[in-house]
Formats: sequence, C-alpha cells, structure tokens
Amino acid sequence: MKRPKIAPPGQPGLSRRNFFGSVVATGAAEAAILTVPVEAAQPAAGKAAAPAAQPAAAPAAGGDLVAAVLKVNGQTHSLRVEPRWSLQHVLHDHLGLIGTKAGCERGECGACTVLIDGIARYSCVTLALEAVGTEIVTIEGLMNGEKLGPVQQAFVEEDALQCGYCTPGQVVSVEALLRKTPQPTIEQIHEGVSGNLCRCGAYQNIFRAAQRAAELRKAGR
Amino acid sequence: MAEATVKPWGETTVVGKPTPRIDAYERVSGKAVFPVDVILPNMLYAATLRCPHPNATVKKIDVGKAREMPGVHAVLSDADPEARAVGWYSPPAGATQMMSRLFDPHCRYEGEEVAAVAAETQQQAWDAVRAIQVEYRTQPFVIGMEEAMKPGAPLVHSGSNQVAAPREIKRGDVAKGFAEADVVLEETYRTSTEIQAPMEVHGSVARWDGDHLTVWDTNQGPFGIQSGIAKALNMPLSKVRVISSYMGGGFGSKQEAGKYSVIAALLAQKTGRPVRLFLTREETFLCVGNRQSHIMKLKAGVKKDGTLTALELTGLGEIGAYPSNASVGYQIGDLYKCPNVHTQELMAFIHAGRQRAMRAPGYPQCNWALEQMMDSLAEKLGMDPVELRLKNISTICQLENKPYTSTGLRECLTEGARVFGWKEARSRPKGDGPWLRGVGVAGGMFGEQFGPPATAIVRLNADGSVDLNIGAADLGTGTKTVMAMVVAEELGVPLDRIYVENADTGTTPYSRVSGGSKTVFGDSPAVRSAALEVKARLLEMAAEDLKVPQSDLVFKDGAVTAKGGKKLTIADLVQPRTRQMVVGVGRRDPDLVDKIVRPFATHFAEVEVNTRTGEMRVLRLLAVQESGRVMNLLTYRNQVQGGVLMGVGFATMERRILDSTTGKMVNANLHDYKIPTAKDVPAEVTVLPIDPHDTECSLTGAKGVGEPSTIPTAAAIANAFYNATGIRVTTSPITTAQILTLLAERKAKG
Repeated sequence: MKRPKIAPPGQPGLSRRNFFGSVVATGAAEAAILTVPVEAAQPAAGKAAAPAAQPAAAPAAGGDLVAAVLKVNGQTHSLRVEPRWSLQHVLHDHLGLIGTKAGCERGECGACTVLIDGIARYSCVTLALEAVGTEIVTIEGLMNGEKLGPVQQAFVEEDALQCGYCTPGQVVSVEALLRKTPQPTIEQIHEGVSGNLCRCGAYQNIFRAAQRAAELRKAGR
Repeated sequence: MAEATVKPWGETTVVGKPTPRIDAYERVSGKAVFPVDVILPNMLYAATLRCPHPNATVKKIDVGKAREMPGVHAVLSDADPEARAVGWYSPPAGATQMMSRLFDPHCRYEGEEVAAVAAETQQQAWDAVRAIQVEYRTQPFVIGMEEAMKPGAPLVHSGSNQVAAPREIKRGDVAKGFAEADVVLEETYRTSTEIQAPMEVHGSVARWDGDHLTVWDTNQGPFGIQSGIAKALNMPLSKVRVISSYMGGGFGSKQEAGKYSVIAALLAQKTGRPVRLFLTREETFLCVGNRQSHIMKLKAGVKKDGTLTALELTGLGEIGAYPSNASVGYQIGDLYKCPNVHTQELMAFIHAGRQRAMRAPGYPQCNWALEQMMDSLAEKLGMDPVELRLKNISTICQLENKPYTSTGLRECLTEGARVFGWKEARSRPKGDGPWLRGVGVAGGMFGEQFGPPATAIVRLNADGSVDLNIGAADLGTGTKTVMAMVVAEELGVPLDRIYVENADTGTTPYSRVSGGSKTVFGDSPAVRSAALEVKARLLEMAAEDLKVPQSDLVFKDGAVTAKGGKKLTIADLVQPRTRQMVVGVGRRDPDLVDKIVRPFATHFAEVEVNTRTGEMRVLRLLAVQESGRVMNLLTYRNQVQGGVLMGVGFATMERRILDSTTGKMVNANLHDYKIPTAKDVPAEVTVLPIDPHDTECSLTGAKGVGEPSTIPTAAAIANAFYNATGIRVTTSPITTAQILTLLAERKAKG
C-alpha cells in the first residue's frame, strides 16, 4: 500500500484522487477523508455531551464576513464570505451553482466534487477562502452553452445514473481523470471514481460512461 | 376506458427497447432542481437540536441565549403551543392517542428532536442550536432486542417492549410435517441493522402565502407527505402543496412526512419567511429509518426426494423506539410449496431510531435464513441446491390460495443455472489455498404487488406533441421515461416530443408512494388507458372530419389512416387543432380478484475467500429476474444492478453499531458505516431478465423490479462462501473480522 501524498504547501487540502489512490487500494468500502480540523469536532470544555449529530463546531466566530474573489467556470466573483464557509456552500447557495451538491459535508461521499486547478476535490472540505486564487470548474462549467460536454453525453448514453444526485460529482471526477489520463484502463477508471459514492449502485454504467467519454473526447466531441 | 376491452401488447416498437432517460439531460447537467437546491429569496435556514442520549427527559430548556444570537429569527421548542399541538407517531392498533409529539420532553432515542432554530445562515442556525441550554434527566436504556424482551428491561413505552401481538402464518400442521420428514434441520440466523443512506439527505423548504403552504420536500411520493403535513397542522389538503419532481434517492426511507417538514413550516409561519431545513448526514443515520436487524430461528423438514414437508419460523425484530412494520415471514409462507408452515414473529421496542421500510422491507432478512437453510438441506440430502428448489416450486400463491398470473421462479433457476454455468462451476476444484473459490444460489420473491388508485392525464397538443401528467415520484428508477414510452408506444409520438410533469400535488393527479415496486406495475396501466382514450377521441374526431365511419379508420404511428390510404397527422385534423388540446384521463382497473401477481428472482454468486487473511471477494453475480414485461431494458438492467450492489452491501459490510455503554450510534457517517463504493462492485454482474409474457398481471404486462432485485443477493453470497470454505455464516454481514473469527473457531475445534 502506498502512503497518502500530502498536498504541497499552498494547495487547498489533499488531492482527492491522490488520497484515494493510496487509501482505497485494498478495495474495501473506504470512502472517506477528513481534512476538517480534528479539534473542531470536540465539544467545548465544560459543556454537557454535544447534541447528537451536529456538524463540527466552527473554528472561527461566525458572522464576520471577509472579502473573497473566486474564479468559477471562467467568471470572477467578488464575494463576502465567512471564513468558515465551505466552497460547496458558497458555490451552491451563494452563486446558485446548484449542480455542486452537499451529500455529507465531511469529505466522504464526493457529491460536491469540483475541479480546482484541474484536480478533482471535495468542495465541502475546502473552505471558500482556500480556493481564492485558483481556477474552479463545476459541473455547469463542463457544459457548452446548453449542450452537454462529452463526459455528460457519455453518462446519458450509458445510463450512468439513477437518481442523479451524485451524478455531477461523478461526472467531474471522470472529467478530472480523462484530463490527466485520456485513455484510462478499467482499473484507472475504478480508481478515478472510487471517491464518489452512488447509493443507487450505477457504478458499472459509470465505468462504461468513462470509457465512452474517452472515445468521445478522442473524436473531438 | 375499461381495461377489459383492451388487448395486451404483442410486439412493441418503443416499450422494452433500451432507451436513455428522458430527464437524463437535467440530471447530468446539474440543472435538475432537487428539493435541496431550492433557494428562495429571503429564505432562512433551520437546524435541529437533538437529544444526545438514548433515553432521557428534558427537565429544563433555556433558549434565551440562542434567541439573542446573531442572525437568529426564531426558536421553536415544546414551550411553543403550536409545536405542542403536533402529535407524532401513531400508536399500535387499538389505541388512539399519538405516542409522542413534535418536541416531546421524553426522548426515547439518540437524535430525537428537542428544539429548532431559524437563522439568516445555516452556520448561524447551528451556532444557535449549540447555545440552547438543556438539562436532561437520563434514564436506563435498552438497545438489544433480546435484552429488551427480558423481564425487568428498561421500558421504551409503558407496559412492555413487545410492540404488538405476534404475527403468525399458519398452514397445515408442522408437527405432522416434521414427523413425515427424512431430514429436519434447525438453525438461528441473524441480520444487522442497515441504513438506507440515500445520497440526498432528508429535508424540506417551506413557504407560506397567507394560509397556503408550499413544501419542496425530498420524498418518494408527495401525496403521502402532503396528507401527513396537513394532518399535523390541521389543514385541508387543498392548502398544502408538496413538490418533489426530482429527488435524490429514498430506498424506503422517504415514504412518510418527516418532522423536519412540519418544523420548517412552523418556523416559516413564525418568521414570515421561507425556511429551509435539511438534515446533516449524521442526523439521517439516527433519525430517518433503517432496515431492522432480525433474529430468525428456522426449522425445516424435507423428504429424501427433496419435497419440503414443514417450515417453522420464530422471529424477533428490532423496531426502534416507535411502532413500525418489521415483519419478515412472507417468503417462508409462499416462496416454496410447503403444506405445513408456522411463523411466529415478535417485534421489540428499543431505545434507537425507528425502523422504516428499506428496499423490500423484511425480505432480504428472511431470505438470508430461508435460502441458507435450503442450501443446508440440499447438502444433507446430497442434492444439487438448484434441483432442491426446482422440486418445490408452486404456481399457486399458498397464502391466498389463488394462482399467480405467472411464476418465473422455475425459469429463473433453470435459465440462470445455464447462463452461469452452474453445474461446471459447482464441480470445479475449490483451489489449494489460501484463496478458495465457491459458488452459491438463492431464490426469492417479493410479496406485495397492488395497483390502484392510479390516475394519469395525457394531453395531446395541437402540434402533435404530448404532455403527460402523473403523480408518481421518480426515485431514479426511470419512472418518467417508462411512462413516456407507454405514451409513445400507443400514440406513435416520438419521446422527444413528450413532456412529463410529475410528483407535484398542486399540478398532478393522485398517485401512491413510489414504494413496494409498484409504480410501473400500478401506474403504467393508467398511462396506457389515458393514451388509449386520446386515441379514441382522435378517431371520433377524424371520422367526423372525414365524414367516414370510425371503423374505416386506423391510428398508427401518430397518424389516422383512412381506407384507401389517406393519412392525416394529428396536426392535420381540424378538431384537435380547433380545440388546441385533446385530453385523455386514464385510470387503472382494480387488481385481479382471482389471481395473484408476484415478481421473482434468483441470484447466482461466485466468491473467493482467503483463508489466511479473511478477505472475501465477490467475483461474479448473475441476477435473474422475472418482473413481467421489461419496459426499458436500459433502466431495468441499471436498477437490478443497483439492487444487487445493495445486496452486496447487506451481505458484506453494512451494519449500524450501537455502543452498549452509551446507547449511541458510533458509526453514524459514511466513513464508518460502509456502503459499496466503485471498488466493491463485483468484477462481473450480469442481469438476465425472464419475460413470462404475462398478459394478466396488468394492462402493460409489467410487474415490479426494484425490490426483488436485492432480495436473494446476500444469501447467494453466503451460500457461495459456504461452498468455498465449508463454514456457514449465520450472522450478516460477512466481514473480514467475522471470517477470521470463524476460521479460528474451526481451527480450534480441529
């Protein structure tokens, strides 16, 4: 088993794919990375047991907004955000890019996967502020006007979805894979989407769609 | 139009063909608006304070500090009369008083609702929830069903932890059956609690316009949610609109109105602003359902020739803190021909989240027991497991004493064995170790298929395009696509000219919840009827236009053709053009009274097991399924593959773990609670549909698909594991840790 690669300084969080390449190599049902500060998950000292199922307490006091400039799908947005807001939250709730879904908000399911500087990352465990200065691409950014991009088209043809909730994240992961590895092996495809859970279980069709997308891209479509 | 006058389809041109989803574009482009994507102007965000203890009473609650937090607009708790007025959890039959209320001071499981906050941002709402001060009086709890049934166990409700009188199936005389048997085996099987875990978490956005409430809610059927909300808030149905045109999976857990919908509505009313309340992933693990764990003691008798003589099941199911239906016995009473059957099932309250339906509720559990027992019986008799099953096939539903419209089980077994290469695979050497190979089989059936009420509206536009209006939610099963294909088949209108409006109580006709694998079975006949009505109206109009008798006209490929070959498209006909629209309303005829409709399945599995490391790999799975007519081969295969993979999860990894000292769930997240990933898909999963050409089951010939596809997977894997290792795994899931334990036990025994 390989060791997890630690992101170089200045990179937002771990690379999702590098991490999975190392951790999920055994083929067990691992699906998680955690990059939120661990201490943030502890209840405040002196308090009774933390209420059940709350998300981790924020590391910074809420309410104070700071300026952030985000470049998303080629467009520059000047925003005011709380330092604790995740990139997923800002994309989905503030920029209206609803294709970037929250599924777990702790880097376990991959529904929120976006490209940051061309690499697939969990936007729920990336702070919006961490993404300042990067090029962000969401599912909407893979469209060509109202036309589907090649990966999206392949997903339609191969029926690589059921409910469609994890689908934007799956598409973005396949896009990231093909940008780096235009003609992936089946193992590389398994690896490439292993950080994206699909409870409906459409994985086999997702694998086929990745192969089909590679063909479509090669044909320049 | 009455079904009786309509002929079943013969060869079809659209139905059955592998057809991409009509709404795939919306789902792959990110444009589909799921309830979680509804972001309204001026909307507030809500969060819920939940009890951290498995059994506690709220002694004192102070929301003062929370109210003063930045961005907070409202706090709702049991102190508010509008919340106090909302009763929750219907009592078992016989009683009338609701068992709890929206924020009941007595919290009977970890995660029960205590208070809620609405604030400008989601983060502020959580800040305020953390600022609510609660003094709990904790009480003893019980989290295991066997412990719960012991005298002196902490009680979840007053009286007893036994939920209701035992459920029984009784046929013949089991004592006599066992006396007649040549082989009698008895074994106790256990399954673990499984969580539905759909990718979209549960939640709602609520908005009031005066006294009219609109709720965008992620669910499997908006009409049930609408009536649940209306009942809780004492409102007429006409004032509550629920929209769930897209939803991110349910698997049974989104069939009933959630407290979150009502809390969002009350907070929205209080603040005069729309309120969004979605659960966190962790909350969904605690509060919105599970497949209950079950203990099943099964005794079976069989004659030397393989004829079953008796089946006896004693079952205990773990239902959680409030009543639900957790019966498992159906397949014992109906899967195989057996004259003497007795099942006795109890359900136990425990201090944990309540059970809800999960994909074929009760069926995989029972199948885990029954199909492993069949495997053991076959071995004892020296019979092939496929042969033993074939020996005991019934064409009659023994529980109703009526024939099935079709019984695909035999063909599932024989065709499956042929395609899988069963005989050869079974006789192959298992290997020299440490990897050993084995193959196993399990049959199964789903016991709930009922149709009406179902209504569909087909509106043919002046240009020949069509709007189809149905109430059913599409859970990702491809419902909208299948229904559009039915219209395309009848009217000859291409799919890209059909728009489907669905799952909105404000705009679509009533449909029952998409559960029980009944949506296509129940609603597609109504859609066909509606299309046929449009066709009948068109022929009437064409006859008048052309001044010829109707009998001289035929409707084919979207056009009316007269004798002599004159062809008029819909757009050519005067009357539809004048009216701008031809409307057909279709209803489904009642279910058959003299026959029973049931789907069947058989799964074949090949596994390899490392006897040193305890790893198991599922190499091959063949899912043979008889669900009547295949409506869309593409989505059919996809759905069955998904059912198989969920079965792999049940068999090999999924398990809610409650900590015995605190009563809390320790794996309430997608890291610690394992569901299958891309890496857990068996190298080869093959779907083999069996079409019995059932012309009686419904007007479209289709039966249910979704649930039978997940029923026999786990038992087939367990039987393959036994075939490889000679070790019977009676408790699910078959984890590496369990395999190592069982291997060590065998070694110790020598």
